[in-house]
Amino acid sequence: MTDAMSGPRGAKPKKALSRNNIIVYGTLFVVAIYYALPLYVMIVTSLKGMPEIRMGNIFAPPMEVTFQPWVKAWAEACTGINCDGLSRGFWNSVRILIPSVVISISVASVTGYVLSMWKFKGSEVFFSMLMIGAFIPYQVMLYPIVILLREAGLYGSLSGLVLVHLAFGMPINTLLFRNYFASIPEELFKAARVDGAGFWAIFVKIVMPMSLPIFVVSMIIQVTGIWNDFLFGVTYISSPDRYPMTVQLNNIVNSVQGVKEYNVNMAATLLTGLVPLVIYFASGKLFVRGIAAGAVKG
Amino acid sequence: MAIADTGSTDRQLAAGARRPNRLFKNLNSKIAAIPMIFVAMVVFLGGTCWTIFYSFTKSGLLPNTNFVGLDQYERLWSSRKWMVSIENLGIYGFFSLIGTLVIGFTLAALLDRKIRGEGAFRTIFLYPFALSFIVTGLVWQWILNPELGLQNVVREWGWTSFTFDPLNNPDIVMFGLLIAGLWQGTGLIMCIMLAGLRGIDEDIWKAARVDGIGTVKTYVRIIIPMMRPVFVTSLVLIGSGIVKLYDLVVAQTSGGPGISSEVPAKYVMTAMFGGQNLGQGFAASTMMLLMVGIILIPWAYLEFGGKKRG
Repeated sequence: MTDAMSGPRGAKPKKALSRNNIIVYGTLFVVAIYYALPLYVMIVTSLKGMPEIRMGNIFAPPMEVTFQPWVKAWAEACTGINCDGLSRGFWNSVRILIPSVVISISVASVTGYVLSMWKFKGSEVFFSMLMIGAFIPYQVMLYPIVILLREAGLYGSLSGLVLVHLAFGMPINTLLFRNYFASIPEELFKAARVDGAGFWAIFVKIVMPMSLPIFVVSMIIQVTGIWNDFLFGVTYISSPDRYPMTVQLNNIVNSVQGVKEYNVNMAATLLTGLVPLVIYFASGKLFVRGIAAGAVKG
Repeated sequence: MAIADTGSTDRQLAAGARRPNRLFKNLNSKIAAIPMIFVAMVVFLGGTCWTIFYSFTKSGLLPNTNFVGLDQYERLWSSRKWMVSIENLGIYGFFSLIGTLVIGFTLAALLDRKIRGEGAFRTIFLYPFALSFIVTGLVWQWILNPELGLQNVVREWGWTSFTFDPLNNPDIVMFGLLIAGLWQGTGLIMCIMLAGLRGIDEDIWKAARVDGIGTVKTYVRIIIPMMRPVFVTSLVLIGSGIVKLYDLVVAQTSGGPGISSEVPAKYVMTAMFGGQNLGQGFAASTMMLLMVGIILIPWAYLEFGGKKRG
């Protein structure tokens, strides 16, 4: 009796540092180093001078911080004959990004709206084909698109590239909007129809205001996707001075001529990665939600 | 899902039959669907058929309809560069698949142990996924630099015989790419796995504990089999990503040293836009399509074929 009273009751309290916990946290920390290391290396390398880099420890923090590599990467680095740095590619990317994102979100949201609330005979078939198309390797469709763009007189131009991004961004974004709109109660839709609202009125006045989060998610996917694109940029832009930032970055860093300036290269790499990184760290949970929504299909 | 769809189409069919002008019913929605129809039919379906069709021709600098049967495919499979590409894709694909699944699941399981700082860890594991393959490739090219990178640092720490120079060594160059690829892509799979783990009923864990089954055993015997759909989704994602492998190679190794890290997607690009050899490019990209089909068709069959009952 006394034994039972003095003995422990309830669940066994967990020790803060049990053997299991040490294993769990230890593993996580080690793995976290592997993931964090490249970002750290990029930052410290871009802040060192070349003599310090040649001394050879890429993990050491800079003894003397210099922002010269950043200035050079942004404004002076050369690709071919152009020596005005990555700023050129940056602005090209911005000029590609803005229309691509705005138009593709508009088109995809309306398409998703059709597929969830205004289905017509065959709409699901087209949608299935669109989704299957998302799995076809891009290489298969590259050349036919060259022909289409050439016929339209847009091959090699930024507008042509925007159209390509519109087409290839369509499956994922349409899916996203369709699934989200499908969760809007049907009664709402019916009530609006009874009140005489038409196709566009329901979309603008009812569906859009209810769906702000999914517009943000779609925007995150599109901005990172288009900014990070390399394949389409290199295929559909014919002249180096219109190359998007990723293509120009690759040309700067992997150019065979001249002495390799690793600090400038890392500053340039970091500059190119900055836009998606800022979006990632600023959007937090919405980014995760976006990729989860994009990944778990069906 | 499938049943609901058929139901609504039936209703629309019935409604359409009553009215004479069926094409104009829902006209706005049909107009709004034009971009989707164009992309699906012209770009995706049309483009694919076009490429397959022209892969049987002798197209060189420009596409032509000079049919040569399977010549392009014969040349393709007797080209050493293509064979190296396929072999590389096999090595990369195998290790990437296993690595991503194991690392992704392990990290998700560790994060699911109700630990402190979960958000911080998740943020660190996932940020590489926001970066492009070009950025990924260039960073790892620098870290793996044989003279000034990781190898040099470890040697300075005292392990003077340490050798790890994948970017200079044709035998292990694919593993240099693999390190970068895993760094970029595992965060995504971890996120998907974590979502799957969170969807598992807490009672399962309680029941396992009552029966005295250990944590690891519970994961292997109970949780993983329950997460089959999540694993299948991951598999499809990783698989279709592997076939697309291109940017990373261009940025990190440019296919070198020599041709030791060539991949099929790069072969296609070189043939089409570098070598004025369109026919080879078309044949090679058709083979890529075939590979994706081999991954995808069994999945589509399992996913949609078996779900007919709803």
